[in-house]
Amino acid sequence: MLLVFFAFPALVHATRIGGVTDLDWSEQTFRFLSLRDAAVRNAVLGSVFMGVSCGLFGGYVVARRLALFGDTLSHAVLPGVALGFLWSRTKDPLAIFVGATVAGLLGTVVVAWIRKTTRVKEDSALGLVLSGFYAVGICILTVIQEMEFGNQSGIDKFLFGQAAALSSEDVGLMGLVAIGALLMVTLFNKELLVTSFDEGFARSVGVPVEFMRYVLLVGLTFAVVTSLQAVGVVLVSALLITPAATAYLLTDRMGTLLLLSTLFGVAGGLFGSYGSFLGNNLPTGPFMVLACTSFFVVAFFCGPKHGLISKWLRRRNRVRQVSFENTMKAAYQVLEAGDFSKESVTVGALAARRRQSVAEARREADDLVKAGFASLLCSDHTGPRYSQDARLSLTPAGWERACQIVRNHRLWELYLTNEARYAADHVHEDAEKIEHVLGEKVVRHLERILKDPRRDPHGSAIPSLEDIERGAGLSTNPASATGYFRQN
Amino acid sequence: MREEFFPTFDYGSVFVDPWLSDIESTFQVVLMGFFVCLACGVIGNFVVARRLALVGDAISHSLLPGIAIAFVFTSSRSLPAMLIGATVAGVLTTVLIELIHRKSRVKPDAAIGIVFTTLFAVGVVIISIWLDNVHLDADCVLYGEIGLVPLRESFILGGTNFGPLPIATMGTVALLDIVLVVVFYRVLLVTSFDVGLARSLGMHVNAAHYGLMIALALTIVAAFEAVGVVLVVAMLIFPAVTASFFYERLPALLLGVAPLSLAYALGGFHLAKWLDCSIAGAIVVTAGILFVLAWVFGPKGGLFWQWSLSFSCQGGAKSIAKAGS
Repeated sequence: MLLVFFAFPALVHATRIGGVTDLDWSEQTFRFLSLRDAAVRNAVLGSVFMGVSCGLFGGYVVARRLALFGDTLSHAVLPGVALGFLWSRTKDPLAIFVGATVAGLLGTVVVAWIRKTTRVKEDSALGLVLSGFYAVGICILTVIQEMEFGNQSGIDKFLFGQAAALSSEDVGLMGLVAIGALLMVTLFNKELLVTSFDEGFARSVGVPVEFMRYVLLVGLTFAVVTSLQAVGVVLVSALLITPAATAYLLTDRMGTLLLLSTLFGVAGGLFGSYGSFLGNNLPTGPFMVLACTSFFVVAFFCGPKHGLISKWLRRRNRVRQVSFENTMKAAYQVLEAGDFSKESVTVGALAARRRQSVAEARREADDLVKAGFASLLCSDHTGPRYSQDARLSLTPAGWERACQIVRNHRLWELYLTNEARYAADHVHEDAEKIEHVLGEKVVRHLERILKDPRRDPHGSAIPSLEDIERGAGLSTNPASATGYFRQN
Repeated sequence: MREEFFPTFDYGSVFVDPWLSDIESTFQVVLMGFFVCLACGVIGNFVVARRLALVGDAISHSLLPGIAIAFVFTSSRSLPAMLIGATVAGVLTTVLIELIHRKSRVKPDAAIGIVFTTLFAVGVVIISIWLDNVHLDADCVLYGEIGLVPLRESFILGGTNFGPLPIATMGTVALLDIVLVVVFYRVLLVTSFDVGLARSLGMHVNAAHYGLMIALALTIVAAFEAVGVVLVVAMLIFPAVTASFFYERLPALLLGVAPLSLAYALGGFHLAKWLDCSIAGAIVVTAGILFVLAWVFGPKGGLFWQWSLSFSCQGGAKSIAKAGS
């Protein structure tokens, strides 16, 4: 805080005049973006470095399900921070770094040791170390605050973080760790990948699994320790988890995941320090966490592959597709029942075929027309009485799809009876489901196995490629020239 | 201003003086500590048995925005408002964690991490924007102010003074927890250790789970201002784990909470008196020391015990080998 006040005489002035809340936010934004002040420069650089190291290690934390371990680690470094401070009697970055690293590693050793020698479960072991170490840290901190050098120390910034209080030495240290993290990921890319996802396999191909675990652990500790001052002890685990989890929603490849998670980490750090700067140097940590979480929320809902909205849209599309296909299949079957003497079917016949009301059949027919699979010949009135006699004819695309679906259905039935030895009266239900998902390749394969059959087990003809061709004749529908044709 | 970290240890000033010169506030602080440890320890036994220790941690963090919003609205430490806020926040936490890990491919541990850090951040932002220096200090959220308890207004009912309000509240909550555990002991026991059996006996497993979670939220809220959000987790876990080095059966573990709580409260108070540091922190440090002692010397699975067992086994094997030869 003091550092900031020295850096911004104008800010002190503003405080004197009308209270800090009167600061113009656009002016503050300009000041932040122009990077004129040393404190802002440090905060920005620090956020970038923090985003890189936390983002990279976070990818492995999420992949290895170490999220809660990261939380424990971040709490366990507190006594080390306090002791480093006590030893150097100033906010010496190196002393704090050494102290915090030792405390963090000691914490992980104690967790492992408790797990090894007692029946205490993992979650309790983590909780014991988390709260026990943290309590020791709190005791030492409260003692330091009583001491002579404790007041102007800024040691309380370690709890919730203050990016603007970063000194250039702090930033230098963060930069070193970020470069180290980048080096580590490029050098040990393969080893880290394989140990993260399949330890047994990694061991079998001679990857030093234990060594990699310690490398990761030490790196993780470094990342947590250097990020402490920017985000604070309590929330640093969020910087490890949230950007990586966001990236995990967007990609399936580890390389892309690490890249995205680094980007989200950096962006979260920058937005967070900007937000805290706007609010006159409120604690930085919470703002960074909220920025990261907002990315996560966006990815959670709008992610292209795993997003909730995208999944919902895909599901709705599939449901629509299946309903189209069922209507077209019904139209085909009605035509087939009339030995293909007519080129269109009445909606009434369609409704009877599918055992539904005329209104429902009419609605489905309309949907089909909208999607371009059919055209409908009818009067302008709606209602069951008029829909009954409306005539639906398939467009070439519709005819082709209908033939494909019927072909899929009958081929599958034949396959089940001939090859899988199902009874002929047990195959329909199964074919009803699979007809919508059979791909071109599988159909060709089925044809080969069944030796290009012509008839299904119930004696109906399987529409062949020629039948699909025949659809071209249907398209020259005389009705399309008349005014009765219902426009798509 | 103090110079050295460890003040010279003076038996009289650390152990005797507080009980002579300032007996009332000493007694009140120790009593508060005892109640906090007791309430948390009783609930904590079930939390540990159900492997929910870190969920407890997450919930204790994420209650903060609920408490803070209640503060903003009532501008006082009104317990019912804080309780409502905290319960809403607690339910929100569980719902959000479930939502994230059911509806996306994020693993449950990461989901817990995301939810509690976010809610905690919201709480800290609310406190530092609207409440700082007014009612609630952001640092106090982390380690509590048990030492200030005797200064709080008294709870007077029907002309009788029940002491400072937080103590009366905490005592009531502790009593409530104990009564709940005694009344629902069988259900809690079976649902904690064998969900399948509980279902087959027709017990409401989910009701038991949520009941326990609500009791947990209530306890955390009451303990919140005394020990803060992080240290309350220690109070949940330490008694259960420490006692498990002496007893294996749940009733014994539950009974063990009382003497441990007394030891934590007294030890923590005097440690803080000596070092002049945060009392809540010192209580947890005491708990940690007792845990380490139990871990080393405990008769059920302690290190010393394991070592002597392996030693005697080796000895026995040798003597058998000798007798055979």
